[in-house]
Amino acid sequence: MADEQTVSERAKQNGGGASGALHGRLGSLGDVGRVGGGLARAGGEFVRSGRRFGGALAQAGQQATADAASRAAREVSERLTADLDDRDPDHLREQLPLLWLIASFWFRGEVRDLGNIPEEGPVLMVGNHSGGNMTPDTFIFTLAFSTYFGVERAFHQLAHNLVMASPFARLLRSGGTVAASPENARTALESGAALLVYPGGDWEVHRPTRDRNKVDFAGRKGFIRLALDADVPIVPVVAIGGQETALFISRGAWLAQLLGADRLLRLKVLPISLAVPWGLNIGDFFGHIPLPAKITVEVLEPIDVREQFGDDPDLNEVYDYVTRVMQETLDTLAAERRFPVIG
Amino acid sequence: MRLNESIVISAPPNLVWDYLAEPSNYLHFMSGVTRWEVEGEQRSGLGARYRMLIRVGSAEVGGLIEIVEWNEERDMAWSSVLGVDQRGRWRLRQLPDGRTRVELRFAYGVAGAGIPGWIAELFAAPQLGGHLRRSLQQLKRQVEHEQLRAEAAARQRERAGV
Repeated sequence: MADEQTVSERAKQNGGGASGALHGRLGSLGDVGRVGGGLARAGGEFVRSGRRFGGALAQAGQQATADAASRAAREVSERLTADLDDRDPDHLREQLPLLWLIASFWFRGEVRDLGNIPEEGPVLMVGNHSGGNMTPDTFIFTLAFSTYFGVERAFHQLAHNLVMASPFARLLRSGGTVAASPENARTALESGAALLVYPGGDWEVHRPTRDRNKVDFAGRKGFIRLALDADVPIVPVVAIGGQETALFISRGAWLAQLLGADRLLRLKVLPISLAVPWGLNIGDFFGHIPLPAKITVEVLEPIDVREQFGDDPDLNEVYDYVTRVMQETLDTLAAERRFPVIG
Repeated sequence: MRLNESIVISAPPNLVWDYLAEPSNYLHFMSGVTRWEVEGEQRSGLGARYRMLIRVGSAEVGGLIEIVEWNEERDMAWSSVLGVDQRGRWRLRQLPDGRTRVELRFAYGVAGAGIPGWIAELFAAPQLGGHLRRSLQQLKRQVEHEQLRAEAAARQRERAGV
């Protein structure tokens, strides 16, 4: 018992390590038999102390996981806050040359008819969304808007929670991006800002490349209600080329459902694509290097919903009209393109 | 980054100056310019402000500029108030044969943009330089045509004995 206590104490002193316990035990015994018996006892103790150590480790691991999850939740929650003040015109201005270099030389970006956006006041710009999680058309449009109207004009974009929780979130927020939610959209418009929304969201942005020239808002009409509530015009913004920055194979809606991502992360899709540098890219969580596809963006004339459709407009009728004019423009832009990627 | 282009116009400085002083002419002769609007009450002269944009690469860049030097028939300089940092100058000098040497100086950049800013300035230079050269050629053509029209009108008046 004394030996066991010695071993146990030494094992504890040595942090439960096997070699420490055995060396301690060997040092206190005189013959081989006693050494054998002692080894057996030491082995038993070692197993017990190992179990205790393992238990402690597991407990510490659980605690660490819980702490990490809590920190992550806090971080995500902070990032999703619609603090419009996070937009930093000075920072955005300093980033314009870099954006300009990428937009001009990688994507050969072209933004047409920015003059269709009202010079002042809040406006809801509604775009078709392309390019997976990298969405080059968004940042080309942000560059064009910021140089055309000046960084002084408040301009916000709505982005999916997953994008806002990404490591790029801080950069995006300084450029005016806020997490997509009706509250954030209303707050932005009430502040007098121009707001860019993508009703198609993750459903449209991950559509297969074969559907690259289709406007697909998935029947989402919230933007019309938003424009009516805030009494602002809708300016459609049509972009082409984004869906050629990778080979988008499938939205992977079935995969999202299978893994429960639709319930946990509000992800209706778990896209499957072939993209640089990953090859087969599932989820596009870490983004990808977009192929240098030519991006063309065209801004259409503003739509005053009440003026055009009456004081109590039929949302379906407005939705059909907006998506139709956007699709017609996208068809025209598609007809201009001679080759994929090259444009 | 600073760019400098010049041209000789077969017209006296006053004619060139009159053309340059009129803001509505800029959309006609300035290459790449997509917007040139008077901001405020003052159309021209020291302190006049214009909202201008010029297409460079994927963006229309520019902003609000203000005339900061107005020395009639010799120098007109502007500086940016909002938007991309820019300074520009029209420098007119009369030549002995009655023609005018017109120099257009243009400096631009984004303060605080670091190395990407410097690279962007470098990459934008050929395109902006081309805009400046074409602008001067168009200015020469417009002013010389203007002078020919004025001379023809004078001859017509003479013939009519007015």
